[in-house]
Amino acid sequence: MKNIFKIAVLGVLGLFIQSCGNDASSEGKSGAITSNAAERVYVAPGEHDEYYAFLSGGYSGNLTVYGLPSGRMLKEIPVFSQFPTNGYGYSEETVPMLNTSFGFVPWGDSHHPDISQTEGELDGRWIFINENNTPRIARISLETFETEEIIEIPHSAGNHSSSFITENTEYVVAGTRFSVPYPQKDMAIDQMKGNFKGPLTFIAVGEDGRMNIDFQLKMPGFNYDLSHPGRGDSHGWFFFTTYNTEEAHTMQEVNASQNDKDFIAAVNWKKIQEYVKNGGGEEIDAEYAHNVFDHSTQAATTTMKNKVLTVDPREVEGAVYFMPTPKSPHGCDVDPSGEYIVGNGKLSTDLTVHSFSKMLTAIENKDFDGDAYGIPVLNFDSTLAGTVKEGGLGPLHTEFDGKGNAYTTFFISSEVVKWKLGTWEVLDRQPSYYSVGHLMIPGGNSREPYGKYMISMNKITKDRYLPTGPELEHSAQLYDISGEKMELLLDFPTHGEPHYAAGIPADKIKSKSKKIYRLDENKHKYAAISESETKMERDGNEVHVYMTTVRSHFSPDNLEGIKVGDKVFFHVTNLEQDFDVPHGFAMIGANTSELLIMPGQTKTITWEPKKEGVWPFYCTDFCSALHQEMQGYVRVSGQNSNVPLKWTLDDEEIN
Amino acid sequence: MKKSGILMIIGSALLLGLFVFPLWNIQLEAPQYPDPLGMNIYISGIEGEEEFDIQNIDGINHYIGMKKIPTPAEMWEFNTFPLVIGGMAALGALLGILGFFKVIHPNWFLGWLILMTVLGILGMMDFNNWLTDYGTDLDPKAIMKLTDSEGNPLSYKPPLLGSDKILNFTAHSYPKAGAYLMFVGMLLTLVAWWIGKKAKGNEAR
Repeated sequence: MKNIFKIAVLGVLGLFIQSCGNDASSEGKSGAITSNAAERVYVAPGEHDEYYAFLSGGYSGNLTVYGLPSGRMLKEIPVFSQFPTNGYGYSEETVPMLNTSFGFVPWGDSHHPDISQTEGELDGRWIFINENNTPRIARISLETFETEEIIEIPHSAGNHSSSFITENTEYVVAGTRFSVPYPQKDMAIDQMKGNFKGPLTFIAVGEDGRMNIDFQLKMPGFNYDLSHPGRGDSHGWFFFTTYNTEEAHTMQEVNASQNDKDFIAAVNWKKIQEYVKNGGGEEIDAEYAHNVFDHSTQAATTTMKNKVLTVDPREVEGAVYFMPTPKSPHGCDVDPSGEYIVGNGKLSTDLTVHSFSKMLTAIENKDFDGDAYGIPVLNFDSTLAGTVKEGGLGPLHTEFDGKGNAYTTFFISSEVVKWKLGTWEVLDRQPSYYSVGHLMIPGGNSREPYGKYMISMNKITKDRYLPTGPELEHSAQLYDISGEKMELLLDFPTHGEPHYAAGIPADKIKSKSKKIYRLDENKHKYAAISESETKMERDGNEVHVYMTTVRSHFSPDNLEGIKVGDKVFFHVTNLEQDFDVPHGFAMIGANTSELLIMPGQTKTITWEPKKEGVWPFYCTDFCSALHQEMQGYVRVSGQNSNVPLKWTLDDEEIN
Repeated sequence: MKKSGILMIIGSALLLGLFVFPLWNIQLEAPQYPDPLGMNIYISGIEGEEEFDIQNIDGINHYIGMKKIPTPAEMWEFNTFPLVIGGMAALGALLGILGFFKVIHPNWFLGWLILMTVLGILGMMDFNNWLTDYGTDLDPKAIMKLTDSEGNPLSYKPPLLGSDKILNFTAHSYPKAGAYLMFVGMLLTLVAWWIGKKAKGNEAR
């Protein structure tokens, strides 16, 4: 309780000091913004940004793509949420992407994007992102910028210490933030302590990107908050921060803040991988969905799986240790060399940094301070590399610039602080507007950060932009970190609530970005590859329409023989093979969404006509000069009518 | 005579480059096409610079009623041109060999060059006629029927050589590697004739 009070006082004090500072400042809210900032973020019309930044959408469930340094939003990639803009999660092809063991889940809470790596460097093949609410991990192609795969994580709840990848993309890792009965069962909530578990899931990633759960580590029922892989010498280890080692089941804001120290769990996954390869672990029941989008058939399929391999960490000698870390640490960040593991004790003013090499020595010397549920707890001093003192208040996350410096966000004191690895001295601090959560340096989570820019993602926007009513978009800020001092260059609004981001030099991926889908590779079951293949088929009350689009007409564009009570499947193939010539498809009264179909693609939407009449459909994307004319009619007859199926273009029947 | 015979053989052999490289290229540039659409004209047919360029040019052209770009089967030229070029290369090489062994007078080389020039001009005229037809023989049901200030239908004929504005597009029409090899080859046959004639003169003296 004391701690909370102190923080509240400091927080109020901080606000007071800040507001005083603002009042006194003649430069207003831009603070110490450099005078040529505009020039440095200006990307001239037609020019490209230097970096891609992928910001998680938080409660939008999606992933947004930005260019840096301009802060221009380039795209929103639908991942865990339905996206009527292009039909994701509505079209027959993509509905399976959102299947889970709980059925179809139309929404998600996306958190931590991480780009695939080879030998510790970003390779730009895929980006992974976790869903916190209904635990899932998604893989997004960086050639198509589309979600290709989503795997549900069984036995997990609050999939938060995810989706971080090892330095050769061997594993994408998913931890459990809300410990739960393992496996789930009906039991009294207040019996949590000692009975709940916090499984950590290691998902193997194949050469083709396909994900497969290799094993689940059955950890004590703490809250596994964030994680990062070791790299360099510490490659083969994974580190997870924990909070609520008190195992409180209620009023956690107080009850989970009582221990002076929680833990960073150090997991030697290579040992466990070996153990599992040699037949270790126990297969237990599970229920989870594995959804894969196939670019050849252009359709997603769901496979329900029912087993998962679980490993008791105590069964694998030397696999898991706890490093005591003060004040409910949030971010768990590993520096580019792999030597330092930073615990961002969020209820503190200090940062605790552990040393990987000291940890190994401590393990060797069995320098233990007891155990937790049979897992050795290392002596706090034996692993401590140093403490960053009085950095600020409420440290959350740390990133690195590859030049020996670290940058930490302080939520309560609302600032980003630059400090030096090894000496732990604070070098610079810049206020953030306001209450910064995460920050990102392109490549910051790898052996090779690109230490030119840093963005901070702020939780509170307040007055930074023109007011838009009570609900505001969040705000990000771009800093130049190439010099000794951080320089604030730009504010830009973000979509949803970014919980983390990943950045990569544009040159690493932009040339691989696909321009079209090849029609001659379209293996969609209902594709019409030319206008002559367009048709209608009736199967009971289901009518399948094989339709094509080309500038500027549909084929067929007159359809008859549909009846009230039918379920009509419009399978629309875009025959274009030209870059950036999508066509849209919208049907009056459809209880689904529109379709936005890229060149060479086939997408399907359903329509259940409820009224007799002649009903129009049209192209929703301004595709060409004759876009307005890109329209057609469907005749809907009474349930008992015997109007035959008839499909025509220019009054000619198509065969 | 030996040197000129060899030059004649090399010169006429360079015509064979037309079987590998395009003769001509037309590029269509517009604001919406930062990567211009382009067609490479070979003696045996027309190909897109990028895989789908022909399809995309046809797609755009249908708005103004232009015909589709012809396939090799649709134009007799694409069957005849290879025979003519192949035949002329073979004939030139034969003349070169005969010249090399002093069987014939170098004036035969000049004769070949004149014939080749005449055929070349006929070819260009034919090509120009096709461009005119392609740019002016429009579908009467065309979606967009545009006229000039005097009410005559617009011509969409790309230039034979050079750059020209066609509606929102700028068309660039220039020779390509095959044509350049042919020009160099023809120049070589001229040199062959010149050297051969001088050598003959020296012999006579």
